Amino acid sequence: MLRGFRHQLNSSTLQPGELQLRIEDLQLSFGGVTALFNVNLELHQSEILAIIGPNGAGKTSLLNCISGLYHPQKGRILYHRDGEHDLTRLRPHQIARLGIARSFQNIELFRHMTVLDNLLAGCHVHMRANLLASMLYWGPAEREQIEFRQYVEDIIDLLEIESIRKQTVGALSYGLQKRVEMGRALAMKPAILLLDEPMAGMNAEEKEDMARFILDINEEHGVSIVLIEHDMGVVMDISDRVVVLNFGQKIGEGTPDEVRQNPVVIQAYLGEDRSVFPFKMAVNNTSNRG
Amino acid sequence: MESGIFHTTYQSDMSLRRTHAQKIRIILFLLFMLAFPFFANRYYLTLANQVGIATIGAIGLNILVGYTGQISLGQGGFMAVGAYAAGIMTARMGLPWWASTLAACLVTALVGAIFGIPSLRLKGLYLAIATLAAQEIILWTVTHWDAVTGGVDALVVPNPTLFGIQLNTDFNFYWVIWALAGLTAILTINLFRTRFGRAFIAIRDQDIAAEVMGVDLFRYKLLAFAVSSFFVGLAGALTAHYRSIVTWERFTVDVSVLYLAMIIIGGLGSVTGSFFGATFMTLLPAILTNLGRALKTSLPFIDSIIPFVQQATFGLVIILFLVLEPEGLNKIWRNIKDYFRLWPFSY
Ligand SMILES: Nc1ncnc2c1ncn2[C@@H]1O[C@H](COP(=O)(O)OP(=O)(O)OP(=O)(O)O)[C@@H](O)[C@H]1O
Ligand SMILES: [Mg+2]
Repeated sequence: MLRGFRHQLNSSTLQPGELQLRIEDLQLSFGGVTALFNVNLELHQSEILAIIGPNGAGKTSLLNCISGLYHPQKGRILYHRDGEHDLTRLRPHQIARLGIARSFQNIELFRHMTVLDNLLAGCHVHMRANLLASMLYWGPAEREQIEFRQYVEDIIDLLEIESIRKQTVGALSYGLQKRVEMGRALAMKPAILLLDEPMAGMNAEEKEDMARFILDINEEHGVSIVLIEHDMGVVMDISDRVVVLNFGQKIGEGTPDEVRQNPVVIQAYLGEDRSVFPFKMAVNNTSNRG
Repeated sequence: MESGIFHTTYQSDMSLRRTHAQKIRIILFLLFMLAFPFFANRYYLTLANQVGIATIGAIGLNILVGYTGQISLGQGGFMAVGAYAAGIMTARMGLPWWASTLAACLVTALVGAIFGIPSLRLKGLYLAIATLAAQEIILWTVTHWDAVTGGVDALVVPNPTLFGIQLNTDFNFYWVIWALAGLTAILTINLFRTRFGRAFIAIRDQDIAAEVMGVDLFRYKLLAFAVSSFFVGLAGALTAHYRSIVTWERFTVDVSVLYLAMIIIGGLGSVTGSFFGATFMTLLPAILTNLGRALKTSLPFIDSIIPFVQQATFGLVIILFLVLEPEGLNKIWRNIKDYFRLWPFSY
């Protein structure tokens, strides 16, 4: 299904399987609330890592630490790309420059821009033309815009959003907005893509499309993916490894099958309030099979 | 949706004027602007020149407020910086007007960036107050730094010349002002086709997402202040040379509010809207003055209340506009275009 990308989508220099991201003893609290407690985890190049856990477990907080929006009180986030970088010391735009892209749980698109402009805005870190050349739209500035337009069109093809490319994103359906947001992140040519509940609120068909796109991005382009998702079916289907958080702590880790059978995880979810229904389903499934 | 237009290359799809209708509109507008000075009398030329300068200032302010979402009440102050910098360099240092104008733009850009620093922490109304402080600080400096600005006294600026021609008439100045207004418009439109402009809009729409996409908020907010102030400084420098005299009264906070009204009425985040707003806010008081004069001759007994009626009408028209079309004149213009695009099949 490789759709003839004219540009490299993944900007990582590592080989598949190499250690890419290592989180050490991460600790984050807001006043009295502990969002993350002694979290350790590793991500390897070209892996799909799912992070699951009930509401308020600290999943989004973890992504926010990685992208530099939250500042953990303790711990390090070591990222490998032309050397080792501690992300906890960098500002969000610097982390973006290192090739870490993300989507948000509550879509954060540039509402008044078209789909195309959102994706082109995602190319920001790769554009070079200076201010004067840009204002004159002269030579290199115009060539650069055309070059990135081609690149962005490849992403539009990949995500099957050709028909809406000139629409303003604020007017699009929720499902399409989620797709555009992922496109915008891809425009950054990421080495790691962080996805915060990319399928929330979608119907089965939309979820299936989204899962297909994620697999495409991962398999065809080798982009590593950290995926937060509540739908256990999807998580078990597409992820290589799963990390389970509960009350800010990592309570389980392993392949989807290992996690499914982990008694601590099952216990955590049985004790959970019943409103988190996908988990209940998952646990029930497990016990049926077990 | 326009039918029958199909762009075969990204280059043509991304070019500025993409349809015949657009090209025809531009050509008609240019022809009108070229012919206008030859038919207009001195009064209309003066108005046209005022509109031209206001257009430049409004585009400048719109870059900051409309496109980048950083509200500013410092417009008058920044125009003062441009006007005084240009006036001083031309009058006291003997620089040619174009050199002092360019230098004044750069000085204003720098001053704008400095007063933009609070925007890194403040948003919305708080930023409005911070920029209001900038306005007051600048005017205070201008009126108290006697040695440089001449204080509250007027600064007299000699008439500029271009290619040996004295720019001492409205007719001659018209070409300079509108050439620069056109240039300002083109540079700004181009800016928003590239990463800089997209970063500005991104900051307005969703600053956290912009940051996570790699936009350095610190740099780009200050850059927005600088680019905006550059053009506002140009409007100030042109005012200085056009009026031949610089006084602080021309740059009070009223001016800041007037320009905000221009871009809101014209259309936030739009170059065409800036032009519409500048035209509207310059012509409306002129029309009201003329009406007042006409009334005064026929109804001499209401002479004393005419100024109040003018003020009230001015306010009323603005309110009506905002209520009826909150998205500004530019929206009305778009609706008209949409209507004619499908004409005669519009229904
Ligand atoms: N900015 C913040 N200020 C204060 N508390 C916060 C903040 N962000 C997160 N928290 C708290 O940290 C804890 C973890 O929240 P987080 O959003 O990471 O959970 P989550 O696992 O993403 O949950 P959900 O599945 O509902 O998205 C919660 O108790 C939350 O209230
Ligand atoms: Mg969350």
